[in-house]
Amino acid sequence: MAEEVAEIKEKKEPLFSKKNLQVLKDPLDDTNPVSVQVLGICSALAVTVQVKPAIIMTLGVLFVSAFSNLIISLLRKGIPGRVRIIVQLIVVATLVTIVDQVLKAFMFDVSKQLAVFVGLIITNCIIMGRLEAFALGQKPWPAFLDGVGNGLGYGLILIAVAVCRELFGAGSILGFQIIPDWAYEHGYVNNGLMVLPPAALFLIGVYIWIQRSRNQKLINVS
Amino acid sequence: MENLLSLFVKAIFVENAVFAFFLGMCSFLAVSKKIKTAFGLGLAVIFVMLLTTPLNYVILNYMLGEGALAWIHPSLADVDLTFLSFILFISTIAGAVQLVEMAIEKFAPALYSALGIFLPLITVNCSILGASLFMQEREYNFSETFVFSLGTGIGFFLAIVLLAAIRERLQYSKVPPALQGLGIAMIVTGLMALAFLSFSGIKL
Repeated sequence: MAEEVAEIKEKKEPLFSKKNLQVLKDPLDDTNPVSVQVLGICSALAVTVQVKPAIIMTLGVLFVSAFSNLIISLLRKGIPGRVRIIVQLIVVATLVTIVDQVLKAFMFDVSKQLAVFVGLIITNCIIMGRLEAFALGQKPWPAFLDGVGNGLGYGLILIAVAVCRELFGAGSILGFQIIPDWAYEHGYVNNGLMVLPPAALFLIGVYIWIQRSRNQKLINVS
Repeated sequence: MENLLSLFVKAIFVENAVFAFFLGMCSFLAVSKKIKTAFGLGLAVIFVMLLTTPLNYVILNYMLGEGALAWIHPSLADVDLTFLSFILFISTIAGAVQLVEMAIEKFAPALYSALGIFLPLITVNCSILGASLFMQEREYNFSETFVFSLGTGIGFFLAIVLLAAIRERLQYSKVPPALQGLGIAMIVTGLMALAFLSFSGIKL
């Protein structure tokens, strides 16, 4: 009996072991939820006209994905296979309701700007996808890290696109003017296309192009 | 009547769920490789949309909204359960999709196997929940809700069949290897979105 306990203790890995760090790091590039797994694109495109809502949205998704992964992983042995989707949806919807109420209480203007997209975190496929593919079969701590990693990978693209769109579309980042006045005096004009929805699609397309030319092993994924 | 017609046309073309709001993007990109499956998914989305959005309207107005419970007892008139709307909306959608899935499996097994995993994924198709949330945010009445959900469904159907047609053609063209698949689909969608933007000039 004592030996068994010792064995279990030996097997216990440190919190930030190499494997766990990999779980956290992979979604940033190799298995990026948006550009490689094609998940959660809807909101990635819609809230990227400015940087600020993009950051808030990232934080919301990060919170929901991390904690829904954690909760589902804790519950994984108690959920019957047939009703798991409903259980997952309820957990996610509860967390999203929390995010929505917090935003409404403390950042009302941003929550108006994000409109229905906070609610749509529920149907963000990244979250459902990670719950199905990872949290249902893993221990709570790696599941939590996986949620954080995927939230960050999502945020990376969101913020990259938002920076491009706000910089070229409005000449500013986070509301601070970046492109100087003299440039406008010499004929520089803000790019109107960047403010329109299609720009987000082009930018993500180009991002995928760059990522895949750099990282050849991604080419045959989907 | 005129108002309804303009809402209908607006939901299909001007404020197309896919091109103007990017709703339902994931299944839009994933299921649009063949026209046939795209067609099936499009129809299923229209159907689920028509089923769930009006149902959610009823739930919102008779169970959740401010004072909506007054029909049970006057003392409940100042109860506001709006914050529960996400949870109830998504439960309605999950239930409806389950029903549709069983119906298709029974009556059209070929379509069922063609759609595969994407049928249950309609549950997490954002255009469906999005339609319900827009209905709540814009405070539509019942007939507007019905017309709006039909229009949004048809808009999604149109978009996914169009993209599938383009992608079938794209197989015969030379695309840089790094851009193949997802990358080019994104850029094509962007071009289609630009084309649909021209509808916003229409005044109804």
